Amino acid sequence: MRHSIPALVLAAVLLLVGCGSNADPAPPAAGPSAEKSLILATTTSTQDSGLLDELLPQFTRDSGWQVKTLAVGSGQAIELGRRGEADVLLVHSPAAEQAFVAEGTAGQRRLVMHNDFVLVGPANDPAKVRGLDSTRAVAQIASAQALFVSRGDDSGTDAREKDLWKQAGITPAGSWYQATGQGMGATLRVASEKAGYTLSDRATYLAQRGTLQLEVLSQGDARLLNVYHVIEMTTKAGDRVQVDGAKAFADWIVSPSAQQQIGRFGQAEFGQPLFTPDAGKAEAGLGP
Amino acid sequence: MLLSGLLEAARLLLTGDQDTWSTIALTLRVSLTATVVALLLGVPVGTALALGRFPGRRVLLAAANTGMGLPPVVVGLFVTVLLWRSGPLGEFGLLYTPTAMVVAQMLIATPVVAALAAAALQQVDPDFLLQMRALGATRVRALRALLAEARLPLLAVALAGFGAVVSEVGAAQMVGGNIQGETRVLTTAAVLATSRGQFALAIAFGLVLLAIAFAVNLLVTLAQQREARSSVP
Repeated sequence: MRHSIPALVLAAVLLLVGCGSNADPAPPAAGPSAEKSLILATTTSTQDSGLLDELLPQFTRDSGWQVKTLAVGSGQAIELGRRGEADVLLVHSPAAEQAFVAEGTAGQRRLVMHNDFVLVGPANDPAKVRGLDSTRAVAQIASAQALFVSRGDDSGTDAREKDLWKQAGITPAGSWYQATGQGMGATLRVASEKAGYTLSDRATYLAQRGTLQLEVLSQGDARLLNVYHVIEMTTKAGDRVQVDGAKAFADWIVSPSAQQQIGRFGQAEFGQPLFTPDAGKAEAGLGP
Repeated sequence: MLLSGLLEAARLLLTGDQDTWSTIALTLRVSLTATVVALLLGVPVGTALALGRFPGRRVLLAAANTGMGLPPVVVGLFVTVLLWRSGPLGEFGLLYTPTAMVVAQMLIATPVVAALAAAALQQVDPDFLLQMRALGATRVRALRALLAEARLPLLAVALAGFGAVVSEVGAAQMVGGNIQGETRVLTTAAVLATSRGQFALAIAFGLVLLAIAFAVNLLVTLAQQREARSSVP
Protein backbone atom coordinates (compact mmCIF):
# COMPACT_ATOMS: atom_id res chain seq x y z
CA MET A 1 0.00 0.00 0.00
CA ARG A 2 2.72 2.43 1.00
CA HIS A 3 4.68 1.74 -2.15
CA SER A 4 1.72 1.99 -4.48
CA ILE A 5 0.87 5.58 -3.59
CA PRO A 6 3.93 7.33 -4.94
CA ALA A 7 3.69 4.99 -7.91
CA LEU A 8 0.09 6.01 -8.41
CA VAL A 9 0.92 9.69 -8.34
CA LEU A 10 3.86 9.18 -10.66
CA ALA A 11 1.77 7.15 -13.09
CA ALA A 12 -0.93 9.81 -13.14
CA VAL A 13 1.58 12.54 -13.80
CA LEU A 14 3.29 10.60 -16.57
CA LEU A 15 -0.06 9.83 -18.14
CA LEU A 16 -1.09 13.48 -18.18
CA VAL A 17 2.22 14.66 -19.51
CA GLY A 18 2.38 11.87 -22.04
CA CYS A 19 -1.17 12.54 -23.26
CA GLY A 20 -0.29 16.15 -23.59
CA SER A 21 2.66 15.45 -25.84
CA ASN A 22 0.47 13.45 -28.20
CA ALA A 23 -2.13 16.17 -28.30
CA ASP A 24 0.47 18.70 -29.42
CA PRO A 25 0.34 19.78 -33.03
CA ALA A 26 3.45 18.75 -35.00
CA PRO A 27 6.32 19.97 -32.85
CA PRO A 28 9.02 22.23 -34.29
CA ALA A 29 11.92 20.42 -35.94
CA ALA A 30 13.92 18.38 -33.49
CA GLY A 31 17.09 19.95 -32.26
CA PRO A 32 17.87 23.36 -30.79
CA SER A 33 15.11 25.89 -31.22
CA ALA A 34 17.39 28.09 -33.30
CA GLU A 35 17.01 25.67 -36.20
CA LYS A 36 14.70 27.08 -38.91
CA SER A 37 13.03 29.31 -36.38
CA LEU A 38 13.02 33.07 -36.59
CA ILE A 39 11.92 35.83 -34.28
CA LEU A 40 9.43 38.39 -35.57
CA ALA A 41 9.03 41.51 -33.47
CA THR A 42 5.82 43.29 -34.29
CA THR A 43 3.09 45.56 -33.01
CA THR A 44 0.22 44.64 -30.78
CA SER A 45 -2.19 45.74 -33.50
CA THR A 46 -1.13 42.99 -35.91
CA GLN A 47 -1.63 40.45 -33.17
CA ASP A 48 -4.71 41.84 -31.42
CA SER A 49 -6.55 42.16 -34.72
CA GLY A 50 -5.87 38.49 -35.47
CA LEU A 51 -4.02 39.13 -38.74
CA LEU A 52 -0.88 37.21 -37.77
CA ASP A 53 -2.87 34.22 -36.56
CA GLU A 54 -4.08 33.90 -40.12
CA LEU A 55 -0.91 34.73 -42.03
CA LEU A 56 1.82 32.95 -40.12
CA PRO A 57 0.67 29.33 -40.46
CA GLN A 58 0.62 29.86 -44.24
CA PHE A 59 4.14 31.29 -44.13
CA THR A 60 5.37 28.28 -42.16
CA ARG A 61 3.75 25.94 -44.66
CA ASP A 62 5.25 27.79 -47.60
CA SER A 63 8.76 28.30 -46.28
CA GLY A 64 9.37 25.79 -43.51
CA TRP A 65 10.36 28.54 -41.09
CA GLN A 66 8.77 28.55 -37.65
CA VAL A 67 7.98 32.07 -36.48
CA LYS A 68 8.23 33.20 -32.89
CA THR A 69 6.11 36.31 -32.68
CA LEU A 70 6.78 38.94 -30.08
CA ALA A 71 3.95 41.44 -30.14
CA VAL A 72 5.42 44.28 -28.17
CA GLY A 73 4.78 47.63 -29.82
CA SER A 74 6.89 49.29 -32.50
CA GLY A 75 9.24 51.07 -30.10
CA GLN A 76 10.18 47.90 -28.28
CA ALA A 77 10.28 45.94 -31.55
CA ILE A 78 12.81 48.38 -32.97
CA GLU A 79 14.86 48.12 -29.78
CA LEU A 80 14.86 44.32 -30.07
CA GLY A 81 16.00 44.65 -33.67
CA ARG A 82 18.74 47.06 -32.66
CA ARG A 83 20.06 44.51 -30.18
CA GLY A 84 19.90 41.67 -32.66
CA GLU A 85 17.32 39.90 -30.51
CA ALA A 86 14.82 39.85 -33.37
CA ASP A 87 15.37 38.84 -36.98
CA VAL A 88 12.63 40.77 -38.73
CA LEU A 89 10.31 43.60 -37.73
CA LEU A 90 6.77 44.36 -38.85
CA VAL A 91 6.07 47.80 -37.45
CA HIS A 92 4.13 51.02 -38.05
CA SER A 93 6.15 53.91 -36.70
CA PRO A 94 7.63 55.46 -39.86
CA ALA A 95 9.65 58.27 -38.29
CA ALA A 96 11.24 55.95 -35.73
CA GLU A 97 11.83 53.34 -38.44
CA GLN A 98 13.62 55.79 -40.70
CA ALA A 99 15.83 56.93 -37.84
CA PHE A 100 16.56 53.30 -37.04
CA VAL A 101 17.47 52.39 -40.61
CA ALA A 102 19.79 55.40 -40.69
CA GLU A 103 21.70 53.86 -37.78
CA GLY A 104 22.99 51.24 -40.17
CA THR A 105 22.26 47.90 -38.52
CA ALA A 106 19.05 47.20 -40.39
CA GLY A 107 18.69 45.76 -43.86
CA GLN A 108 15.91 46.29 -46.33
CA ARG A 109 12.75 48.13 -45.33
CA ARG A 110 9.69 47.52 -47.47
CA LEU A 111 6.12 48.75 -47.49
CA VAL A 112 3.63 46.02 -46.65
CA MET A 113 0.16 47.42 -46.03
CA HIS A 114 -1.79 50.27 -44.54
CA ASN A 115 -4.96 51.03 -42.76
CA ASP A 116 -5.85 54.05 -40.74
CA PHE A 117 -6.08 55.31 -37.23
CA VAL A 118 -9.36 56.40 -35.81
CA LEU A 119 -10.09 58.74 -32.92
CA VAL A 120 -12.67 56.99 -30.77
CA GLY A 121 -14.61 58.15 -27.76
CA PRO A 122 -17.87 57.88 -25.84
CA ALA A 123 -21.08 58.18 -27.80
CA ASN A 124 -22.13 61.33 -25.96
CA ASP A 125 -18.88 63.03 -27.08
CA PRO A 126 -18.37 65.54 -24.24
CA ALA A 127 -15.67 67.48 -26.14
CA LYS A 128 -17.83 67.71 -29.28
CA VAL A 129 -15.22 66.42 -31.70
CA ARG A 130 -17.46 64.34 -33.95
CA GLY A 131 -16.66 64.98 -37.60
CA LEU A 132 -13.69 67.23 -36.96
CA ASP A 133 -10.29 66.48 -38.45
CA SER A 134 -7.76 64.93 -36.10
CA THR A 135 -5.78 68.08 -35.29
CA ARG A 136 -8.87 70.13 -34.43
CA ALA A 137 -10.29 67.18 -32.51
CA VAL A 138 -7.33 66.78 -30.16
CA ALA A 139 -7.14 70.55 -29.67
CA GLN A 140 -10.77 70.53 -28.60
CA ILE A 141 -10.22 67.56 -26.27
CA ALA A 142 -7.37 69.45 -24.62
CA SER A 143 -9.32 72.67 -24.18
CA ALA A 144 -12.32 70.77 -22.81
CA GLN A 145 -9.94 68.76 -20.62
CA ALA A 146 -11.91 65.68 -21.57
CA LEU A 147 -10.42 62.36 -20.54
CA PHE A 148 -7.91 61.09 -23.09
CA VAL A 149 -6.33 57.64 -22.69
CA SER A 150 -2.89 57.31 -24.25
CA ARG A 151 -0.84 54.19 -25.01
CA GLY A 152 2.23 55.82 -23.51
CA ASP A 153 4.42 52.90 -24.58
CA ASP A 154 6.50 54.17 -27.51
CA SER A 155 4.43 52.12 -29.94
CA GLY A 156 3.59 53.22 -33.47
CA THR A 157 0.14 54.29 -32.33
CA ASP A 158 1.65 56.19 -29.43
CA ALA A 159 4.10 57.94 -31.74
CA ARG A 160 1.26 59.03 -34.02
CA GLU A 161 -0.79 60.26 -31.10
CA LYS A 162 2.14 62.35 -29.82
CA ASP A 163 2.49 63.69 -33.33
CA LEU A 164 -1.14 64.81 -33.39
CA TRP A 165 -0.67 66.82 -30.21
CA LYS A 166 2.46 68.36 -31.68
CA GLN A 167 0.58 69.35 -34.84
CA ALA A 168 -2.04 71.01 -32.68
CA GLY A 169 0.67 72.81 -30.76
CA ILE A 170 -0.34 71.24 -27.47
CA THR A 171 1.64 69.49 -24.75
CA PRO A 172 -0.89 67.23 -23.07
CA ALA A 173 -0.57 67.18 -19.31
CA GLY A 174 -2.91 66.99 -16.39
CA SER A 175 -5.26 64.50 -14.84
CA TRP A 176 -7.36 64.33 -18.03
CA TYR A 177 -4.43 62.81 -19.96
CA GLN A 178 -3.77 59.27 -18.75
CA ALA A 179 -1.26 56.75 -20.10
CA THR A 180 -1.79 53.02 -19.73
CA GLY A 181 1.59 51.81 -20.99
CA GLN A 182 -0.20 48.83 -22.48
CA GLY A 183 -1.17 47.43 -25.87
CA MET A 184 -4.05 48.63 -28.04
CA GLY A 185 -6.60 46.14 -26.80
CA ALA A 186 -6.00 46.96 -23.16
CA THR A 187 -5.94 50.72 -23.84
CA LEU A 188 -9.25 50.56 -25.70
CA ARG A 189 -10.80 48.75 -22.78
CA VAL A 190 -9.57 51.36 -20.32
CA ALA A 191 -10.91 54.15 -22.53
CA SER A 192 -14.22 52.34 -22.84
CA GLU A 193 -14.60 51.78 -19.11
CA LYS A 194 -13.64 55.34 -18.23
CA ALA A 195 -15.62 56.92 -21.12
CA GLY A 196 -12.52 58.60 -22.50
CA TYR A 197 -11.11 59.34 -25.94
CA THR A 198 -8.24 57.42 -27.46
CA LEU A 199 -6.45 56.89 -30.74
CA SER A 200 -6.63 53.39 -32.14
CA ASP A 201 -5.78 51.60 -35.35
CA ARG A 202 -8.98 50.69 -37.13
CA ALA A 203 -8.28 46.94 -37.17
CA THR A 204 -7.97 46.51 -33.41
CA TYR A 205 -10.97 48.76 -32.80
CA LEU A 206 -13.16 46.80 -35.19
CA ALA A 207 -11.99 43.48 -33.78
CA GLN A 208 -13.06 44.54 -30.29
CA ARG A 209 -15.98 46.83 -31.08
CA GLY A 210 -18.51 44.38 -29.69
CA THR A 211 -17.16 44.72 -26.16
CA LEU A 212 -16.45 48.44 -26.23
CA GLN A 213 -18.64 51.45 -25.57
CA LEU A 214 -16.70 53.66 -27.96
CA GLU A 215 -17.55 55.13 -31.35
CA VAL A 216 -15.43 56.45 -34.17
CA LEU A 217 -15.60 60.22 -33.90
CA SER A 218 -12.84 61.38 -36.21
CA GLN A 219 -11.42 59.57 -39.21
CA GLY A 220 -10.16 59.85 -42.73
CA ASP A 221 -7.73 62.73 -42.80
CA ALA A 222 -4.21 62.33 -44.08
CA ARG A 223 -2.63 62.52 -40.64
CA LEU A 224 -4.43 59.34 -39.64
CA LEU A 225 -2.82 57.16 -42.30
CA ASN A 226 -1.27 54.07 -40.69
CA VAL A 227 1.49 52.46 -42.74
CA TYR A 228 3.21 49.14 -41.97
CA HIS A 229 6.70 48.23 -43.09
CA VAL A 230 8.75 45.06 -42.82
CA ILE A 231 12.38 45.56 -41.84
CA GLU A 232 14.95 42.80 -42.16
CA MET A 233 17.77 42.78 -39.63
CA THR A 234 21.40 42.04 -40.49
CA THR A 235 24.26 40.50 -38.58
CA LYS A 236 25.52 44.01 -37.90
CA ALA A 237 23.00 44.07 -35.09
CA GLY A 238 24.12 40.75 -33.62
CA ASP A 239 25.95 37.59 -34.63
CA ARG A 240 22.94 35.35 -34.20
CA VAL A 241 20.54 37.21 -36.44
CA GLN A 242 18.90 34.78 -38.85
CA VAL A 243 19.33 36.73 -42.06
CA ASP A 244 17.88 33.94 -44.23
CA GLY A 245 14.77 33.71 -42.13
CA ALA A 246 14.33 37.47 -42.15
CA LYS A 247 14.61 37.56 -45.93
CA ALA A 248 12.23 34.62 -46.28
CA PHE A 249 9.60 36.36 -44.18
CA ALA A 250 10.01 39.78 -45.78
CA ASP A 251 9.94 38.31 -49.29
CA TRP A 252 6.88 36.28 -48.42
CA ILE A 253 4.82 39.05 -46.88
CA VAL A 254 5.19 41.28 -49.94
CA SER A 255 4.49 38.39 -52.31
CA PRO A 256 1.18 38.36 -54.22
CA SER A 257 -0.31 35.44 -52.29
CA ALA A 258 0.31 36.99 -48.88
CA GLN A 259 -0.86 40.38 -50.10
CA GLN A 260 -4.08 38.83 -51.32
CA GLN A 261 -4.60 37.19 -47.94
CA ILE A 262 -4.03 40.53 -46.24
CA GLY A 263 -6.52 42.19 -48.54
CA ARG A 264 -9.18 39.62 -47.66
CA PHE A 265 -8.59 39.62 -43.91
CA GLY A 266 -11.59 40.74 -41.93
CA GLN A 267 -13.92 40.92 -44.91
CA ALA A 268 -16.12 38.07 -43.75
CA GLU A 269 -16.29 39.13 -40.14
CA PHE A 270 -16.49 42.90 -40.44
CA GLY A 271 -17.77 43.47 -43.96
CA GLN A 272 -14.64 45.45 -44.76
CA PRO A 273 -11.02 44.45 -45.05
CA LEU A 274 -9.00 45.57 -42.05
CA PHE A 275 -5.79 46.24 -43.99
CA THR A 276 -5.04 47.38 -47.52
CA PRO A 277 -2.08 45.56 -49.14
CA ASP A 278 0.49 47.95 -50.58
CA ALA A 279 3.64 46.06 -51.48
CA GLY A 280 5.57 47.65 -54.29
CA LYS A 281 3.65 50.91 -54.30
CA ALA A 282 5.16 54.34 -53.94
CA GLU A 283 4.51 55.63 -50.46
CA ALA A 284 3.62 59.13 -51.51
CA GLY A 285 0.65 57.79 -53.40
CA LEU A 286 -1.00 56.14 -50.43
CA GLY A 287 -4.31 57.55 -49.40
CA PRO A 288 -6.59 56.82 -46.48
CA MET B 1 -19.88 36.49 -17.60
CA LEU B 2 -18.75 33.76 -15.23
CA LEU B 3 -21.40 31.45 -16.58
CA SER B 4 -20.40 32.06 -20.19
CA GLY B 5 -16.82 31.41 -19.13
CA LEU B 6 -17.87 28.13 -17.57
CA LEU B 7 -19.78 27.11 -20.69
CA GLU B 8 -16.84 28.10 -22.89
CA ALA B 9 -14.49 26.04 -20.72
CA ALA B 10 -16.76 23.01 -20.98
CA ARG B 11 -17.06 23.46 -24.74
CA LEU B 12 -13.31 23.75 -25.25
CA LEU B 13 -12.54 20.69 -23.16
CA LEU B 14 -15.28 18.44 -24.46
CA THR B 15 -14.85 19.20 -28.14
CA GLY B 16 -11.17 18.34 -27.80
CA ASP B 17 -10.10 21.76 -29.07
CA GLN B 18 -6.49 21.11 -29.96
CA ASP B 19 -5.17 24.56 -29.05
CA THR B 20 -6.68 24.31 -25.60
CA TRP B 21 -5.44 20.80 -24.93
CA SER B 22 -1.93 21.56 -26.12
CA THR B 23 -1.95 24.66 -23.90
CA ILE B 24 -3.02 22.50 -20.95
CA ALA B 25 -0.33 19.92 -21.75
CA LEU B 26 2.35 22.58 -21.95
CA THR B 27 1.21 24.19 -18.69
CA LEU B 28 1.53 20.85 -16.92
CA ARG B 29 4.85 19.93 -18.55
CA VAL B 30 6.48 23.22 -17.68
CA SER B 31 5.16 23.65 -14.15
CA LEU B 32 5.51 20.01 -13.08
CA THR B 33 9.07 19.82 -14.41
CA ALA B 34 9.96 23.07 -12.69
CA THR B 35 8.44 21.83 -9.43
CA VAL B 36 10.33 18.53 -9.57
CA VAL B 37 13.64 20.29 -10.20
CA ALA B 38 12.85 22.77 -7.45
CA LEU B 39 12.23 19.85 -5.08
CA LEU B 40 15.49 18.19 -6.05
CA LEU B 41 17.35 21.42 -5.35
CA GLY B 42 15.24 22.91 -2.60
CA VAL B 43 14.77 19.95 -0.25
CA PRO B 44 18.51 19.36 0.25
CA VAL B 45 19.02 23.10 0.75
CA GLY B 46 16.10 23.21 3.17
CA THR B 47 17.48 20.22 5.04
CA ALA B 48 20.86 21.88 5.35
CA LEU B 49 19.23 25.06 6.55
CA ALA B 50 17.11 23.21 9.09
CA LEU B 51 19.70 20.88 10.49
CA GLY B 52 23.05 22.40 9.69
CA ARG B 53 25.06 24.44 12.11
CA PHE B 54 27.24 26.74 10.09
CA PRO B 55 28.00 30.45 10.16
CA GLY B 56 25.47 32.49 8.23
CA ARG B 57 22.79 29.82 8.47
CA ARG B 58 20.19 32.15 9.81
CA VAL B 59 21.00 34.78 7.20
CA LEU B 60 20.58 32.15 4.48
CA LEU B 61 17.32 31.04 6.01
CA ALA B 62 16.10 34.63 5.95
CA ALA B 63 17.22 34.88 2.33
CA ALA B 64 15.27 31.75 1.44
CA ASN B 65 12.20 33.14 3.15
CA THR B 66 12.62 36.39 1.26
CA GLY B 67 12.97 34.40 -1.94
CA MET B 68 9.40 33.25 -1.48
CA GLY B 69 8.34 36.78 -2.29
CA LEU B 70 10.40 37.04 -5.49
CA PRO B 71 8.28 38.75 -8.13
CA PRO B 72 7.99 36.38 -11.11
CA VAL B 73 8.39 39.29 -13.53
CA VAL B 74 11.78 40.13 -12.03
CA VAL B 75 12.89 36.50 -12.31
CA GLY B 76 11.66 36.52 -15.91
CA LEU B 77 13.67 39.62 -16.68
CA PHE B 78 16.78 38.14 -15.09
CA VAL B 79 16.48 34.89 -17.06
CA THR B 80 15.79 36.84 -20.28
CA VAL B 81 19.01 38.81 -19.89
CA LEU B 82 20.90 35.54 -19.36
CA LEU B 83 19.36 33.73 -22.29
CA TRP B 84 18.93 36.30 -25.01
CA ARG B 85 21.25 36.24 -27.98
CA SER B 86 23.68 38.80 -26.66
CA GLY B 87 23.61 37.28 -23.19
CA PRO B 88 26.10 34.89 -21.59
CA LEU B 89 24.01 31.83 -22.48
CA GLY B 90 22.76 33.16 -25.81
CA GLU B 91 24.43 30.52 -27.94
CA PHE B 92 21.96 27.88 -26.78
CA GLY B 93 19.03 29.69 -28.34
CA LEU B 94 16.87 28.95 -25.31
CA LEU B 95 14.87 32.14 -25.10
CA TYR B 96 11.22 31.76 -26.07
CA THR B 97 11.28 28.01 -25.53
CA PRO B 98 9.59 25.84 -22.88
CA THR B 99 13.05 25.11 -21.45
CA ALA B 100 13.50 28.79 -20.60
CA MET B 101 10.12 28.74 -18.90
CA VAL B 102 11.10 25.72 -16.83
CA VAL B 103 14.32 27.48 -15.79
CA ALA B 104 12.49 30.63 -14.76
CA GLN B 105 9.77 28.76 -12.88
CA MET B 106 12.37 26.58 -11.18
CA LEU B 107 14.09 29.74 -9.93
CA ILE B 108 10.77 30.97 -8.56
CA ALA B 109 9.86 27.66 -6.89
CA THR B 110 13.22 26.70 -5.34
CA PRO B 111 13.27 29.36 -2.60
CA VAL B 112 9.66 28.45 -1.78
CA VAL B 113 10.57 24.79 -1.47
CA ALA B 114 13.78 25.43 0.45
CA ALA B 115 12.21 27.77 2.99
CA LEU B 116 9.13 25.62 3.55
CA ALA B 117 11.14 22.38 3.67
CA ALA B 118 13.36 23.93 6.32
CA ALA B 119 10.26 24.86 8.30
CA ALA B 120 8.76 21.38 7.82
CA LEU B 121 11.91 19.66 9.02
CA GLN B 122 12.23 21.93 12.01
CA GLN B 123 8.79 20.73 13.06
CA VAL B 124 10.05 17.21 13.53
CA ASP B 125 10.96 16.34 17.08
CA PRO B 126 14.57 17.56 17.48
CA ASP B 127 15.43 14.43 19.38
CA PHE B 128 14.48 12.30 16.39
CA LEU B 129 17.86 12.59 14.74
CA LEU B 130 19.59 11.95 18.03
CA GLN B 131 17.53 8.81 18.50
CA MET B 132 18.40 7.59 15.04
CA ARG B 133 22.07 8.16 15.60
CA ALA B 134 21.86 6.53 19.02
CA LEU B 135 20.31 3.48 17.41
CA GLY B 136 23.34 3.22 15.20
CA ALA B 137 22.11 4.80 11.98
CA THR B 138 24.64 6.44 9.70
CA ARG B 139 24.12 10.10 8.92
CA VAL B 140 22.66 9.25 5.54
CA ARG B 141 20.18 6.72 6.91
CA ALA B 142 19.23 9.08 9.71
CA LEU B 143 18.56 11.82 7.17
CA ARG B 144 16.45 9.51 5.05
CA ALA B 145 14.45 8.51 8.12
CA LEU B 146 13.97 12.18 8.95
CA LEU B 147 12.70 12.99 5.48
CA ALA B 148 10.37 9.99 5.63
CA GLU B 149 9.11 11.18 9.00
CA ALA B 150 8.36 14.59 7.54
CA ARG B 151 6.93 13.27 4.28
CA LEU B 152 3.43 14.62 4.87
CA PRO B 153 4.51 18.22 5.37
CA LEU B 154 6.98 17.77 2.52
CA LEU B 155 4.15 16.82 0.18
CA ALA B 156 2.51 20.09 1.16
CA VAL B 157 5.77 21.86 0.34
CA ALA B 158 5.72 20.30 -3.11
CA LEU B 159 2.15 21.49 -3.64
CA ALA B 160 3.09 24.99 -2.52
CA GLY B 161 5.92 25.04 -5.04
CA PHE B 162 3.64 23.82 -7.81
CA GLY B 163 0.95 26.33 -6.92
CA ALA B 164 3.46 29.17 -7.01
CA VAL B 165 4.58 28.42 -10.56
CA VAL B 166 1.46 27.14 -12.29
CA SER B 167 -0.33 30.38 -11.49
CA GLU B 168 2.36 32.87 -12.41
CA VAL B 169 2.25 34.82 -15.66
CA GLY B 170 5.06 37.39 -15.54
CA ALA B 171 7.99 35.03 -16.02
CA ALA B 172 6.14 32.76 -18.46
CA GLN B 173 5.24 35.75 -20.64
CA MET B 174 8.71 37.25 -20.61
CA VAL B 175 10.89 34.20 -21.22
CA GLY B 176 8.33 32.24 -23.19
CA GLY B 177 6.91 34.97 -25.38
CA ASN B 178 3.43 33.40 -25.37
CA ILE B 179 4.00 31.83 -28.76
CA GLN B 180 1.07 29.88 -30.05
CA GLY B 181 1.64 26.12 -30.05
CA GLU B 182 5.06 26.48 -28.42
CA THR B 183 5.15 28.52 -25.24
CA ARG B 184 1.55 29.51 -24.62
CA VAL B 185 0.37 28.34 -21.22
CA LEU B 186 -3.00 28.85 -19.57
CA THR B 187 -2.01 32.03 -17.74
CA THR B 188 -0.48 33.79 -20.74
CA ALA B 189 -3.33 32.60 -22.96
CA ALA B 190 -5.80 34.15 -20.53
CA VAL B 191 -3.96 37.49 -20.63
CA LEU B 192 -3.93 37.46 -24.43
CA ALA B 193 -7.62 36.62 -24.64
CA THR B 194 -8.36 39.48 -22.24
CA SER B 195 -6.36 41.95 -24.30
CA ARG B 196 -8.41 40.92 -27.33
CA GLY B 197 -11.67 41.43 -25.50
CA GLN B 198 -12.47 37.70 -25.52
CA PHE B 199 -13.56 37.65 -21.91
CA ALA B 200 -15.46 34.37 -21.90
CA LEU B 201 -12.40 32.65 -23.32
CA ALA B 202 -10.12 34.28 -20.74
CA ILE B 203 -12.37 33.17 -17.91
CA ALA B 204 -12.53 29.70 -19.45
CA PHE B 205 -8.73 29.46 -19.33
CA GLY B 206 -8.78 30.64 -15.76
CA LEU B 207 -11.32 28.01 -14.78
CA VAL B 208 -9.38 25.27 -16.56
CA LEU B 209 -6.26 26.33 -14.68
CA LEU B 210 -8.11 26.17 -11.38
CA ALA B 211 -9.44 22.74 -12.29
CA ILE B 212 -5.96 21.47 -13.05
CA ALA B 213 -4.44 22.93 -9.92
CA PHE B 214 -7.29 21.36 -7.96
CA ALA B 215 -6.79 17.97 -9.64
CA VAL B 216 -3.08 17.93 -8.87
CA ASN B 217 -3.68 19.00 -5.31
CA LEU B 218 -6.44 16.45 -4.87
CA LEU B 219 -4.29 13.61 -6.15
CA VAL B 220 -1.41 14.44 -3.87
CA THR B 221 -3.63 15.24 -0.89
CA LEU B 222 -5.44 11.91 -1.22
CA ALA B 223 -2.08 10.16 -1.24
CA GLN B 224 -0.99 12.27 1.70
CA GLN B 225 -4.09 11.58 3.77
CA ARG B 226 -3.98 7.89 3.02
CA GLU B 227 -0.42 7.89 4.31
CA ALA B 228 -1.56 9.80 7.36
CA ARG B 229 -4.21 7.24 8.16
CA SER B 230 -1.96 4.27 7.56
CA SER B 231 0.76 5.71 9.74
CA VAL B 232 -1.48 6.29 12.74
CA PRO B 233 -0.64 3.52 15.20
